[in-house]
Amino acid sequence: MFKIIVLVKQVPDTRNVGKDAMKADGTVNRAALPAIFNPEDLNALEMAIQMKDRIKDAEITVVSMGPGRAAEIIRESLYRGADKGYLISDMKFAGADTLATSYTLSMALRKLEPYNVVICGRQAIDGDTAQVGPQTAEKLSLPQITYAETLEAIDTESVTVKRRLERGVETVKSPLPCLITVHSSAAPCRPRNAKRTLRFKRALTPSELQASSTDYSAMLESCSYLRIREWSAGDLQAEPQRLGLSGSPTKVKKIENVVLAHKDAKMLTAADADVESVVVELMGEHII
Amino acid sequence: MRNVFVYCEVNEDGVIADVSLELLSKGRKLAAALGLKLEALVIGSDVKELEKTLYPYGVDVIHYANDKRLFPFSTLPHAAITAKLFEQEKPEIVLFGATSVGRDLAPRVASKLTAGLTADCTSLEIGDHEDVKTGKKYERLLYQIRPAFGGNIIATIVNPETRPQMATVREGVMKKEIFDADYKGIIKNIDVTEFVNDTDFICEIIDRHIEAQKVNIKGAQIIVSGGYGVGSRENFKLLYDLAELIGGEVGATRAAVDGGFTEHERQIGQTGVTVRPKLYIACGISGSVQHRAGMDQSSKIISINTDKDAPLNAIADYVIVGSLHEVLPKMVKYYKQHSK
Repeated sequence: MFKIIVLVKQVPDTRNVGKDAMKADGTVNRAALPAIFNPEDLNALEMAIQMKDRIKDAEITVVSMGPGRAAEIIRESLYRGADKGYLISDMKFAGADTLATSYTLSMALRKLEPYNVVICGRQAIDGDTAQVGPQTAEKLSLPQITYAETLEAIDTESVTVKRRLERGVETVKSPLPCLITVHSSAAPCRPRNAKRTLRFKRALTPSELQASSTDYSAMLESCSYLRIREWSAGDLQAEPQRLGLSGSPTKVKKIENVVLAHKDAKMLTAADADVESVVVELMGEHII
Repeated sequence: MRNVFVYCEVNEDGVIADVSLELLSKGRKLAAALGLKLEALVIGSDVKELEKTLYPYGVDVIHYANDKRLFPFSTLPHAAITAKLFEQEKPEIVLFGATSVGRDLAPRVASKLTAGLTADCTSLEIGDHEDVKTGKKYERLLYQIRPAFGGNIIATIVNPETRPQMATVREGVMKKEIFDADYKGIIKNIDVTEFVNDTDFICEIIDRHIEAQKVNIKGAQIIVSGGYGVGSRENFKLLYDLAELIGGEVGATRAAVDGGFTEHERQIGQTGVTVRPKLYIACGISGSVQHRAGMDQSSKIISINTDKDAPLNAIADYVIVGSLHEVLPKMVKYYKQHSK
């Protein structure tokens, strides 16, 4: 069976930041930001489903590193076409920069070997770094194809992908296994499938199962596909000093709330006299 | 040893890309502040006017890997050469352009070297650091400054323990400045066969279509720029009308580009280009930190917005509170009237 792994992240929706997003002390009020499926990870999931459509005998495993609630996006992936999910969750991962994150993900991927291809979004909107994909590839000695836009061809030996570059496109063929990061210009993810949504509605992580007021354990016993696996640092056999804050070479020295130095702007209206005065002034100064 | 390095990108014309020259200009200043040399790494095939181009930026050493197989850029061979050279040379600081190439290569190299990397820096400075927990003091680190968390905060990042300190910077953020037209350095050729294996060439580039840059907003003296508030692709025509008349270019925010109002190459801001025009006319732009990072050095800023409290207004020289549907045609009208 052809094994496709998709790395997904739940992120605060930084694109729709309201006025209450910052607390009075200048720190980020995470509670005020809705948690969403990282947009480009949805493009990645779609490319994985397209691969499965073409290869047929394929299985999509979704892996997410994050807190317990990240199980939400694993379920969302199951509704849309993934087959299995793993949540990589541990307090020890807290404060991880991209290097510690890619180390953690690479240890999870090692446990999932053998696989044929790893796919993820180009970047997450809470950091916009685009570093975790290439760094994970390096840790696993996999070739990488970044900024994938279109899946041109795939078989069990190789994949051909069209990449979106700043000023053009490039088609690259890589042997498998490899890691692909997907650009926002790729096909949007197909919506939830009704049958799948019913089937996976009760897919739960062990933590969720424990916290649930209804006892679903008998159901999960008989329907193993409903189990979202959960791995901690111990399960990954990771070196503790390479995780979280201690595994992160970059340190945040300072966070500043953005304060604008006010200029004394000339306040005008759309009235003819006002607009004319600006134009005349700029022309007088030979700016226009 | 322990110098400042810049990975220099080779563009489609076989010359060093502008973004790399900008980084060399910044690298020269960082090297001077630290009392170090400035070194350039160039990986390509028969790069044109290499020494003539680079030395005036104050480059002391050019490391040059010249091989037909090294252009166009491919991740594995470039990463192998870069990482191996850095293992030998142990740079203090390494800068990459935050381009399709730099953002693909730098993280892979940083992972290989277990080094810290900060993406899309908008400013780089040298300064001291004290670890609040351990009390350990560090002198003269690279401050890597960037907007974070959707632009609601500005973060200063440091790499206290690991070397090199690595950062990527977008095109246009740093200023390209000749250091000394007569400056002379030396060139060291990299033995490519020693640095790469045949297995590094397993990815095959089948096809490439790179378009020449159509829009040159970086060099424009006047920019008429639109945000999400412009509302549609049709409404953007109002901006084009004014820009064409007064000899400017049209720019846009990320929200406007994501909204499909105009092309990506017009995007101004942290994840687009940085501009420093004489005049920046912002239409329906609220003014996120990321956008401001790309235009706040404009000499004069006009903000046209129905919201008198739009954050951008705080850095504007003129604020016109009103609809761009009304204001832009009037600007066109009065410009025509007075230029007769």
